[in-house]
Amino acid sequence: MILSEHDLTALWISLKLSTLTTVILLLIGTPISWWLARTRWRYKFLLEAVVALPLVLPPTVLGFYLLIALGPHGPIGGLMEVMGGRPLAFTFPGLVIGSVFYSMPFVIQPLQEAFKSVGRRPLEVASTLRASPLDRFFTVAVPLAKSGFLTAAVLGFAHTLGEFGVVLMIGGNIPGTTQVASIAIYDHVESLAYLQAHWLSAVLLIFSFLLLIVVYALNNRFRVVKP
Amino acid sequence: MSIQTRFHINRGDFLLDVDFTIPESGVTALFGPSGSGKTTLLRAIAGLESCRDGYLKVGDQVWHDRQKFLPAHERPLGFVFQEPSLFPHLNVRQNLEYGLKRMKETTKKVSLDRAVELLGISHLLSRRAHQLSGGEQQRVAIARALAVSPAMLLLDEPLSALDQQLKLEILPYLESLHRELNIPVLYVSHSRNEVARLADHMVLLENGKVQATGTVHELFTRLDLALTHGPKTETVIEATVSEHDEIFNLTYLDFSGGHFTVSRCQMPVGSTVRLQILARDVSLTLERQTGTSILNIFPAIVDKIAQEGSSQVTVRLRLGDLALLARITRKSAQNLNLTPGSKVYAQVKSVALLT
Repeated sequence: MILSEHDLTALWISLKLSTLTTVILLLIGTPISWWLARTRWRYKFLLEAVVALPLVLPPTVLGFYLLIALGPHGPIGGLMEVMGGRPLAFTFPGLVIGSVFYSMPFVIQPLQEAFKSVGRRPLEVASTLRASPLDRFFTVAVPLAKSGFLTAAVLGFAHTLGEFGVVLMIGGNIPGTTQVASIAIYDHVESLAYLQAHWLSAVLLIFSFLLLIVVYALNNRFRVVKP
Repeated sequence: MSIQTRFHINRGDFLLDVDFTIPESGVTALFGPSGSGKTTLLRAIAGLESCRDGYLKVGDQVWHDRQKFLPAHERPLGFVFQEPSLFPHLNVRQNLEYGLKRMKETTKKVSLDRAVELLGISHLLSRRAHQLSGGEQQRVAIARALAVSPAMLLLDEPLSALDQQLKLEILPYLESLHRELNIPVLYVSHSRNEVARLADHMVLLENGKVQATGTVHELFTRLDLALTHGPKTETVIEATVSEHDEIFNLTYLDFSGGHFTVSRCQMPVGSTVRLQILARDVSLTLERQTGTSILNIFPAIVDKIAQEGSSQVTVRLRLGDLALLARITRKSAQNLNLTPGSKVYAQVKSVALLT
């Protein structure tokens, strides 16, 4: 075996974190991006700026604030303690919350673009064909924004997979719980285990590349079917 | 039964302010230049425009008033947009079934097969929208709107995105809809020719206001409207095929003011046809001409005369209960001493069959 058990665990945590984050982001990102794509609210740029913030913010800054919020004295961590749980800092659920914030623009922006390009017309047509608002969302808007969903899912997943700063800040580096693959690579380099760092890096590189190939290939195919 | 509408829609740079009643039968054209508010009005009737100050009653059902706003998907209508707007993720059959699947069983009146047959699209059912020509797409869109058995069909310039060839391809289908389905149709158009061919009634719009409403025949002959002062001023008359003359290859058509003789047409005896008579093809004489090659001569009474630039006048004639426009020179009008009430003979040089 080229990858140690320790590396495999880190990879597994990375995959688990990315999958969960992507699913959560698709669930909460869909209504937000739908709203952003259709609203005529004049201050919507404020929300757009908030969504885009993780694109420019140093991950350590985001991680620092989240660490405070999730810790025992922060609003979220404190709430958890009151409710009988434990603070979320340095736990896997804490990592998921951090990743959701960190990868948010990578899911919301492609979805918002996709919904915008669907336009109002197909939905108006559906409404004249007896489809209620929810019905036309699921039978017209979602299928027509299919490529946007694919892009959003893959970008959200890949971006979470490559996350480093936020994870280090709020998750620490606890092997088996919060140590993800990207941090495991850092550890290997720190301890001059270059061969292991090579293998783990190669796995992440190939995996990310394959994911993107799938997105671009599928998006090209979808575009042919578009009017 | 009638359709009563009142809308006040303010879009900042555009104000639609209309209040009119039209019959709930036949084809009613919403006619006017672009920017006159036709499409906005049609969308308001469909429930696609938000409008606080509106009233819409179709037959005995109120769709829109101060308390109530029936959303578009609850209004029993069919809507055909300017562009075909087929769902690209569905094939033709799935497009047709989209509305059908969402209907209550009891409200189904037009069967899918009937709609498919009327629009001649049975060979396209398994194709996708992007594999169809523009004309085919629009036929599918019309069939899709019909498949929901609408109580009213709304068409927003369904032919304007098509070239002349495709227009000619679709017009016969629209005409057969009109004849075979007893559904009131609201038809937005800025094409005089389409209105003359298809519509029974008209709502004449300009700058968001209603200029006039009435039958096509009536509005096309009203001299107080800009409509009658263009170069292509015409009269539209409906007539019935009464007899075919096989010897001279002619057809005789009856209308309330007499009968027309036209070249042999294919329509069976008893069917209704629409005639178009250009005002410039009508000349006037004080006595009935004998020894003329013109076959269509009618006794008429001058009703009104309107100036047409400096050299011409348009004369509105009464033929029984119908009107006929004649475009003659001002000099001729003076020579014949035409005034309202004058008895004249209208000689119609050529008649075009619109159907």
